[in-house]
Amino acid sequence: MNHIPTTVSVPVPQGLRPRCAEATCFVRSNTPVNGEYRLLTLDAPEAILDCQPGQFFQLLCPQPDGEHPFLRRPMSIYGYDKAEGRLEFLYKVTGAGTRGLATLRAGDAFNVLGPLGQGFSMQDDWQNLMLVARGVGLATLAPLARMAREKGRKLTAICSARSPELTMSVDLFESYGAEVIIVHDKDGSSTPEALRPLIEARIAKGDVDAFYTCGSSRLLRLLQDLGETHGIPGEIAMEQQMACGLGMCQACVRSFRVGGRVIQRRVCREGPVFPISEAM
Amino acid sequence: MRDLQTVDLSARVGALTFKNPIMPASGTFSEDLADVFDLDVLGAHVLKTIMHGTRTGNPTPRVCDMQAGMINAIGIPSKGIDYFRDEMLPYWAAFNAPLVVSISAHSVDEFAQLCSEVSLPGVTAIEANISCPNIEADGNAFAMRPDTTHEVVTRLRAATDLPLWAKLTPNTGEPVEVARAAQDAGADALVVANTMLGMSIDIDTRRPRLGNVMGGMSGPAVKPIALRMTYQCARACDIPVIGCGGISTLEDVLEFLIAGASAVQVGTATFQSPTVMARLITELEDWMTSRGLISLDQIINTLEAPNAGVFK
Repeated sequence: MNHIPTTVSVPVPQGLRPRCAEATCFVRSNTPVNGEYRLLTLDAPEAILDCQPGQFFQLLCPQPDGEHPFLRRPMSIYGYDKAEGRLEFLYKVTGAGTRGLATLRAGDAFNVLGPLGQGFSMQDDWQNLMLVARGVGLATLAPLARMAREKGRKLTAICSARSPELTMSVDLFESYGAEVIIVHDKDGSSTPEALRPLIEARIAKGDVDAFYTCGSSRLLRLLQDLGETHGIPGEIAMEQQMACGLGMCQACVRSFRVGGRVIQRRVCREGPVFPISEAM
Repeated sequence: MRDLQTVDLSARVGALTFKNPIMPASGTFSEDLADVFDLDVLGAHVLKTIMHGTRTGNPTPRVCDMQAGMINAIGIPSKGIDYFRDEMLPYWAAFNAPLVVSISAHSVDEFAQLCSEVSLPGVTAIEANISCPNIEADGNAFAMRPDTTHEVVTRLRAATDLPLWAKLTPNTGEPVEVARAAQDAGADALVVANTMLGMSIDIDTRRPRLGNVMGGMSGPAVKPIALRMTYQCARACDIPVIGCGGISTLEDVLEFLIAGASAVQVGTATFQSPTVMARLITELEDWMTSRGLISLDQIINTLEAPNAGVFK
């Protein structure tokens, strides 16, 4: 059996390397992480591993018993390593597609398309970064930790969850030198009212040049407000139901406020990362 | 020594000749696919339907899954004719592949006006989308009835000298009458067919799965319907038929050609596998080579009589 991951061979325009490719990967492991999440680790071809944090892949999910997911499922990248030929996704089993993903076993072939979309930026004057995210949104922000370390930026990660044991990616953030603050619903520390003074104290110390977030509209509104009040920029990774993931079908539009007007943008193409100030 | 005969994939659609019979279905193709493969390998480029003015499209969710397919209610977001002329046309004119522009409108007058305005240098043919189920109430469309089909195609015919293709709908009880109406009104070819009107409900929330409630079904599940209509239209009409509906594999392509299609459009399959059209062209050439066939004429409209014998 051939277990060498490969990209689908198609003619590409001369001189233009494809920005994304359809590839056959092989499952290294697919294991539970805590009560709600699973980590899928793939052997992936080099050609699809020039990724940016915040980008995503379109996964052709296997069909679980009695269900028939047809469209690919968009999934943000949790980890990637070109030298090791490794690609990782952290997912929560919520529907037919992710139930299909959960059936994958080590050695299985698995078709992915990517990397897709526009990832997070890290502008030169963003030296002190604050990441505030909740639930599976933390998986989307996880690759930022390595990027911050490689660029020598200071990162504070506020990780929110329903309860402390469900907080994702804490070890990963700490392993890249980030300061981690855990907040959760059980003691009320995760509400916007509780987070506001915590974040404002950091802002007052000059510890926040930019925000990153994903996965919660309440957090988005809090960061929009703080960002506007204190002149702090930021970026958010957004979700929308997709069909093609490339920009062709126009299914995944969302509304954004730009220059006093409301416009529509495709989450797959212009996103999934957008300025916090423009998100709605 | 015997002359080695090479496979000629070229496909004739009326006065037009394409280098192969594989082209995208409108709405499933854009410049974004150029990130995945060289779009000049395609027989033609068929753009997403444009309307005269700007149009936002339907509320989200705009797509949902179904078994062996999907339902969409995108609603033709359009940037209008000016954007097409100034931004899109120069981009597509740079390719060698011929450009087919899909248009639609709410009224016959608006349709004819748009048809005239998009008849520009660089445009090879016009595909009249008289069959989209997502822009009128209850999925209504011109191509559901022969009389409305005849009326709109007559006006479009008068509005352009370019080859005019009429894209038909499976949402009709009179597919042959509609096809003949389009032919009689001057269409140069028929695209058979658009999506099938459908619906899906989430039983937990009891909400429709699409923001527009109803939408168009596409993908492998609707292929037998499109194949049947292709067969009906090809038998009933003298103008060429371009097959469209659920085509995903080489076998699908061959079925449509055998049923009488002169070329095919590939749509939803590109969403599952964006490389599929490039692969189908190679697979068709390999298949013809393996069977000693050198021309599509040896495949198109070659349906045999049913086997009346006993199943073995």
